[in-house]
Amino acid sequence: MTEHTVKSFGEQLEALSALVAQMGGLAEAQFASAIEAIARRDSVAAERAVGGDSRIDEIQQEIEDRALKLLALRQPMAVDLRETLAAIKTAGELERIGDLAKNIAKRALVLNREPPIRLTQSLARMGKAAQNQLKQVLDSFTSRNAEEAEAVWNRDGEIDEIYNSLFRELLTYMMEDPRTIGLCTHLLFVAKNIERCGDHCTNIAEVVYHMVRAGHLAANRPKADTTSETSVPYETHA
Amino acid sequence: MLESFARLRAIAWPLMIGAIAGGAVVLFAGPGLFWALLALGLAAMLIVHFVSFQEPILRAQEQTVDDPLASLPPMTRVLLDQLPIPVMLLDDDERVLFVNRSMRDVLGPGLDRKRASSVLRNPTVLAAIAEARRGFATNVPFSLPVPIERYYQAYAARISLSPSVTALLLHDLTVVKRSEQLRADFIANASHELRTPLAAVSGFIETLRGHARQDEVARDQFLDIMAVEAARMRRLIDDLLSLSRIEMNEHVKPEGRIELEGVVRQAAAALKPLAAQDGMVVTVKAEPELPPVIGQQDELVQLFQNLVHNAIKYGREKGKVEIRVGQADGQVFAAVHDDGEGIAANAIPRLTERFYRVDVKRSREKGGTGLGLAIVKHIISRHQGRLAIESRLGEGSTFTVFLPAARPETPPKPAVPEPVTEML
Repeated sequence: MTEHTVKSFGEQLEALSALVAQMGGLAEAQFASAIEAIARRDSVAAERAVGGDSRIDEIQQEIEDRALKLLALRQPMAVDLRETLAAIKTAGELERIGDLAKNIAKRALVLNREPPIRLTQSLARMGKAAQNQLKQVLDSFTSRNAEEAEAVWNRDGEIDEIYNSLFRELLTYMMEDPRTIGLCTHLLFVAKNIERCGDHCTNIAEVVYHMVRAGHLAANRPKADTTSETSVPYETHA
Repeated sequence: MLESFARLRAIAWPLMIGAIAGGAVVLFAGPGLFWALLALGLAAMLIVHFVSFQEPILRAQEQTVDDPLASLPPMTRVLLDQLPIPVMLLDDDERVLFVNRSMRDVLGPGLDRKRASSVLRNPTVLAAIAEARRGFATNVPFSLPVPIERYYQAYAARISLSPSVTALLLHDLTVVKRSEQLRADFIANASHELRTPLAAVSGFIETLRGHARQDEVARDQFLDIMAVEAARMRRLIDDLLSLSRIEMNEHVKPEGRIELEGVVRQAAAALKPLAAQDGMVVTVKAEPELPPVIGQQDELVQLFQNLVHNAIKYGREKGKVEIRVGQADGQVFAAVHDDGEGIAANAIPRLTERFYRVDVKRSREKGGTGLGLAIVKHIISRHQGRLAIESRLGEGSTFTVFLPAARPETPPKPAVPEPVTEML
């Protein structure tokens, strides 16, 4: 960062960034707990994830307050302005990730009461992919690395593909045995929530890219989620 | 208080010299022995006073400089840096003052003067650091789940230097946790996957004991099937064992310098007879003068054996398997291409999933265990490399492994030609 004439301005900006990183850490931990709850059928982890988002909301509030104060009192320009904006936007995305993690954990509590099903391992793996995206995009935020952000942005297609494949698999399960519909619907929502987390990571990647480069990543985000157009023909088994 | 003392001390030496000079002048210029002795006596008192207090005051002064670590003897710094335990020292603003080598291995480079939350944002650790700054030493477990799961115990404590410093020590528990988890996973996987072939074998034993006892044709047929199932169980156990062995070491960086071309040729040569059975040809092309990669020989051979084996299994009959070795962006890559049916796009990201099979029936027929690519993935992950899978239905698939090239620190060893090179 370039030197500021008013030193404390630089410090205020840095503190804001540190707060976003801290919030990122909380979101990461909450999401990790939710995925662990699914992967290891760990209800304690699930409870932890469900209770974890009040602190995230608090920090988001604080980030917004501080950013507003910075905008009002310092009227930042250029990179400083973009950094302030990035803090607000990233905080918003992280808050959504926290909500999604909470929802996954709640569903994990339900799933853990049912007999184990192999597909949860595929979900856990998809969760790992999303965790990886989240980690990398937060790393790119703290290190101000536009290339890393772009890489995250480009990789979102992978998670979408896993989602597509799981979606089809779940549909077939449900058709084969209607008794599994309840369970599979939860799994479907978990998969969707993980996929949404991936989307929020790409949003953060866009924010980071803009903060560092002042330009925008191309308008057409890699989008491989085609489930909204998927239909599986219903066949009656003789 | 200490500071004003220190300031007084700064003018003490000129005062003393002044007093001695004054005494000397008075002694020789005349106003009398009394004044001369008084001045000299004063000088002596000043000297005694400041010499005796010099040590502690000096120390207090040093501690008020910006870097509280400046007072550390160089030896201690070197020791800290070389310590196999990750250590981080933070100042009062929770900024990084010092990280040792092990800590850099954990968190990556470029940590100096950054805030703790920017370098290690795990909330458990940040809470421990905050607690330690308040004077309560804390000891908490935490994990870094991606890219490779690691477990640590973090110790945070305040050290009363002035200004005070907070120390964070990590104790790596990955090995312990991993072996616990792997054992559980192994048992779960093994029991689940072995059940199918075992059921088949026991079913046939039952039949052979019963009504097929006298039927010679059926007996031979059943024994053949039993042999196939037994072979499948053996392969499965082999794969499960090698998978858990690789996973066990996944967090340990490999150290050897390996010529990738040799490894690829070795793997290809080993599978040539198998390819010949289906009338397939395996070719290896390599760019000249490739840098070595950091890796572990046996694992890399296994990696390429698995990939080439897959290419043979899922390639077209009488087709070609082409392997290209080259370099790009500081990485060495090897691309294994087959001209088989290709893989659907939505199956690609799940290929490396344990026991995932695009076509369950076909995989069983081909004798697959569902673990080959999972093993590939874990080996690549340990080598900090990357696997790219490109495939189009009807046009075949390409599996490309990227591995970081070794830095030319030591002169690369002359490539020893593999004895099998001529075969291909």
